[in-house]
Formats: sequence, C-alpha cells, structure tokens
Amino acid sequence: MAIESYLWQGSHAVAQGALKAGVNYFAGYPITPSTEVAEFMAYALPSRDGIFIQMEDEIASIASLIGASLAGAKAITATSGPGFSLMQEGLGYAIMAEVPLVIVDVMRGGPSTGLPTKPTQADVMQAKWGTHGDHPIIALCPASVKESYYLMVKAVNLSERFRTPVIFLTDETIAHMRERVQIDVDEKLYIEPRIEPKDPRNYKTFQPDERLVPHQAKFGTGFRTVVTALYHDESGFQNTSAEVAERFNKRLVDKVEKYIDEFYETEEYNLENSELVFVSYGASHRTVLQVLNDSKNPKWGFLRLVTIWPFHDKLVKEKLKKAKVIVVPELNMGQMVKEIQRLFGDTKKIVSVNRWDGELITPDQLRKVAEQA
Amino acid sequence: MREQILKYFKQDKLPHVFCPGCGNGEVMHAMAQAIDELGWDPTQILIVGGIGCSSRIATYTIFDSLHTLHGRPVAFAVGAKLANPNLKVIIVSGDGDASSIGGNHLIHAARRNMDLTLFIVNNYTYGMTGGQYSPTTPLGSFTTTSPCGHVEEPFSITDLLVGAGAPFVARTGTLYFNELVKLMKLALAKNGFAAIDIFTQCPTNYGRNNRLGKPIDLIKTQASILVPKEKYDLLEPGDRVGKFARGVIQDVEKPTFLDHYRACILSTRKAVHHE
Ligand SMILES: Cc1ncc(C[n+]2csc(CCOP(=O)(O)OP(=O)(O)O)c2C)c(N)n1
Repeated sequence: MAIESYLWQGSHAVAQGALKAGVNYFAGYPITPSTEVAEFMAYALPSRDGIFIQMEDEIASIASLIGASLAGAKAITATSGPGFSLMQEGLGYAIMAEVPLVIVDVMRGGPSTGLPTKPTQADVMQAKWGTHGDHPIIALCPASVKESYYLMVKAVNLSERFRTPVIFLTDETIAHMRERVQIDVDEKLYIEPRIEPKDPRNYKTFQPDERLVPHQAKFGTGFRTVVTALYHDESGFQNTSAEVAERFNKRLVDKVEKYIDEFYETEEYNLENSELVFVSYGASHRTVLQVLNDSKNPKWGFLRLVTIWPFHDKLVKEKLKKAKVIVVPELNMGQMVKEIQRLFGDTKKIVSVNRWDGELITPDQLRKVAEQA
Repeated sequence: MREQILKYFKQDKLPHVFCPGCGNGEVMHAMAQAIDELGWDPTQILIVGGIGCSSRIATYTIFDSLHTLHGRPVAFAVGAKLANPNLKVIIVSGDGDASSIGGNHLIHAARRNMDLTLFIVNNYTYGMTGGQYSPTTPLGSFTTTSPCGHVEEPFSITDLLVGAGAPFVARTGTLYFNELVKLMKLALAKNGFAAIDIFTQCPTNYGRNNRLGKPIDLIKTQASILVPKEKYDLLEPGDRVGKFARGVIQDVEKPTFLDHYRACILSTRKAVHHE
C-alpha cells in the first residue's frame, strides 16, 4: 500500500493508532468527549478477535485493563476528567504493580462535571499527581490528528517498554477535530514486544533487568506469578519493611526517569534566533502556529512539549537558554507554566496566557500578549 | 491429607497473618481440597483477592495470584478472564470487599454471567481495619462504628446475586466444612458466574465486640441461623427472620458473556460474508 489521504477525526486516529500498536483489549465507560474512541473500538475489536467491553464504571474499566494486561493483552481505555478522577486509584495500582496499559484522557472543562463538551487542558496536573504517593508517570500530548495516530503507537510502545501505564493526554479540540491525514496505514512501524521470562525455575515476578524493568510472565503460563500493590520483594510477596519500601519506590521512579532521553519528545521552531519563545502543547499549540504564520516575526519561535511528563529539566533549560521572553498559552489557569517558572525563576520574563471558559485562545489574543511582552 | 492441602500453599510464607481462631484457615483448606478433588492443573488457575484479611488468602497460594484493590477483585478478574478464557479464575473477597465497596462490580459480573468463581468470606465485619460494621452486620450487633448496636438491616448476599442473575449461588458456614468443600467443587466446575456466601468467624473483632465467647462458640452461633434450603423454604415468612438458607440456592444453566460475545462475532462475520 502507499500513502493515502483520509479525513480522520482525532479520536479515530487515536483508535487507529492503538490498533496499529496491537491493542486487543478495550474497557471503558462512556463520557464526552472521549466516547468516539470507545465506539470505534467497539466496532473494530470483535472482528479482530479482540475484546471490547463497556464496564459498569471507570473504576471497573481500569481494574479490568490491569487484569487483561497481566493475562497478556495490550489494553487501553479512554475517558475524560470525571472518569479520569475515578481511575486514579487503579492508575496507582498499575504503576505499583508495573502493568503496561494506556489511558486516553480527552480533557474537557472542569472541575467536576464542568464543561462536558468543551476543550480545556486542565488535567495536566491530574495526569502527574492525580494518584497518591511518589510515582513516575509518562504522559504524551498530540497537537494534530495525524500526530494522534503515531503518538498513540508510541504510547502503547512505551507502556510495554517500561511496564508502566502511559497517559495519552489529548483534548476536546484535537479529539473532535477532523483533518486530512496522509498516511500509509500498512507502513511497518516499530512495535515494542513484551519480553517473556524463559525459565520458571529461577523466576521472580519483580526481578528487574539491567534497565530496572521486571518482566512478569503472563498469567496461565506456569510461572507462579505473584502480583500485589502492597510493597513487595522481588518474588512479589508483600513486604513492608523500610528497606524494601526504600529500594522499591526508588527503582520504580528511576526505571522511567533515568531513561527519559530515550523517549522525551519536543518539537521546536526557530529557537536559535528567537528572543520570544512560545512553550505550548496540544490544542493551544494550534494558536501558536497561527500567530507565527500571521506575524512572520523572525525573533519568535516555539518549543512544543510532546512528552508532557516526566518534565525534562535539563533539556528544556537548554532549549530555552537563548529566550528572553517565554510565553506559555494554556487552556487552564496556568499549570505547565509553573514548571517553566521553576526552571528559570525570575531570570527570564515568563508570561502565562490562559483561558478556561471552554473557548480556544484566539490568535489575536496571543499575538497581542506577545507583542506587548 | 496434610500434604495434599499444603502443596497448594507457599509453605515458606506460613504461618499466615490470620488471628488464632479465624475462619480464613478453614476457607483456605476447603478451597485447596476442592481444587485437589477436581484434579485441576494449578498452572491454569488464577486467584484474585481484594483488600482485607480474607483477600490475603490469594497471596498464600501457589497459583498465579493477583492481590488487587479494596472492592475491585471482580473487575480485575473480568479483564484476566476475557484476555485468557482458558484461565480458571477464583476470587476470594470479604463481605465488605465484595458487597460494599465492590457491590457494583459484583452485581454486574453476575448479570453478565462472567465465568468466574467467587468465594465471599462473610465474617459480618471489616476485619482488617479493626472491626467496623459491613453490609452484612446483623441489626443490633456491636462493632467499633456501631457502639450502640447496629441500626441497619443486613444484606442477604445470595438474594442480591439471584436478583442480579447469577446462575450459581450457594451459602454455608465454616462449621459445615464438608458441605463447604462440596459447594466449592460445584461452584468451581460451574460454567458461568458462581458465588458462595461463606459465614466465617472473626473472633478477634466481631466475636469479641459481641461477647460471643470462644471461636467455637462464635462458629456455632453463626451456624445456628443457617437452615438447610429445603427446610428454609418451608418456613413461614415470620419464622425466616434472622435465618439464612444454606446449600445450593440457585443453579441454572445460561450462556456466559463470552458465549454471547463469540456468537455475535460469528453472526457479524456471516453477515459481512453474505453481502
Ligand atoms: C479504597 C479503600 N478504602 C478503604 C480501605 C481500607 N480497608 C482495608 S480492608 C477494609 C475492609 C475489609 O473488610 P472485608 O472486605 O469484609 O474483609 P475482612 O478483612 O473482614 O476479611 C477496608 C475498609 C482500603 N484499603 N481502600
């Protein structure tokens, strides 16, 4: 096959990406604006010998994903703010028990029922800190329909590579927008295999490899896999001693954060020459593109965060070192801007541009702020 | 006999954490005996527990084990079973785990007829957190959160499950050990959702808070309100108050979730084919 043109909706690109990555289990609960992902999977999975199930709630959805993943499936769900909140305990479980899965969170206006049908980017911090305890998190954020496809493949791959849940943090605008996508759907993409332990005799469920990742055997393969989200020793048996807790939690965070260079992704434009740099992600990045396109100011550029979490202090600092002014447009009251402020304090002028009323930041609004900055 | 049972447990992890006189040991024993008598391949068994004393039973077995979140073992089990239908999935859950925080998952797994076996270790209380009331705590009894006597009516978990459509539902108590083994074998062998409500003694919390004497006295008190199903059915409604039927409460055949799911896929494929 060759490259062809499709008119895809963002949600469908997410679902297509999931299928491309080998996802064969979807459990979810309907919630606007994420439901299109579920509907697509309900249609696509049964004929591919996969499982689709609409569970009784989001708590059950993520719980069933964990069970399915440990039994060998590649499992995802899709939800939005309120449902993502309900999934937080299960998310923590998956992190602790080192279970690959992907949660697609299509951000809508909050708190609570908020603005169900309108875009925001208000779950940036929920993605990072929504579940309790110190933990690593990987969150990816697409800014176009086409990118939703490829980034979803990457999300599934990373969850397998690190044996940890990945948050696919998209928003109402990108998920509901239709764009022309030129793509070869049969193109061979890298798909991360799940490493299977070989010898049941020396097997320990949570024995990490040299990259700090344990390789649990699938249930039903004769390995006596032992999974708990209590602190546990390498065998998987509960152990709440101070020494085990100290060691385990450290490895859990290190296994992701030490390898950040392997997967951290940004997109940039004109950083070499720019005095003013927009730092953006997702829907608000579309406004940045329009502003740069209209103004043609040679001293403006952007840094787009594709990997939202973990935050790469060193790399972002390096990329922004020439900027005098950093403008951070966000569809929330200012969440990611706090990371930028943390990096630079008052050594640079940092301008937060915000909107949380369910409307996009207009190019006019953003251009005016940049001109005055 | 001892060896036949012990081989299903991680012997290096024994003794377990349960209090002296606790009924979890009887449940563990009965379960191992039932599996042994069925001659099942241990490598094809997945045992799932929630959070609570009884849920810990899962962690002591030699099967693949999944110790989950409070209230969620049924939902975890659904995923594992659907991803690998060859697994024999057993869930061990407390009365609080299964019917309070996990009540929603319980009724929907029963309604969908997920092919899972659920042993509800019903000790009338929250053992692990120190003896608070649960949905099965009898009216008037004392727990740390009902210091004046409990003001709520308890659930009959079996009525709930029959109402939700579970094809196999049974009840017994730890005193009736042989019946427990027999019911467990039936539940395990059932193709579809099968649950047993097992009245189990918690001498440390429920027994002590209600001054019910030694563990054996508590076992007998709990057993005294269990009436064989055939006799229970003949009782006048007024005489049933405070009593519970024991034995097989419901046993019917019906297609499981996966039976329906597979049939639906086949018919869709045929439809596509005929176009
Ligand atoms: C979300 C959540 N809420 C509360 C708890 C605390 N908790 C742990 S076990 C338990 C109750 C256990 O009672 P039951 O399920 O009846 O089992 P038992 O200990 O009596 O065997 C509670 C409330 C928890 N672990 N998680």
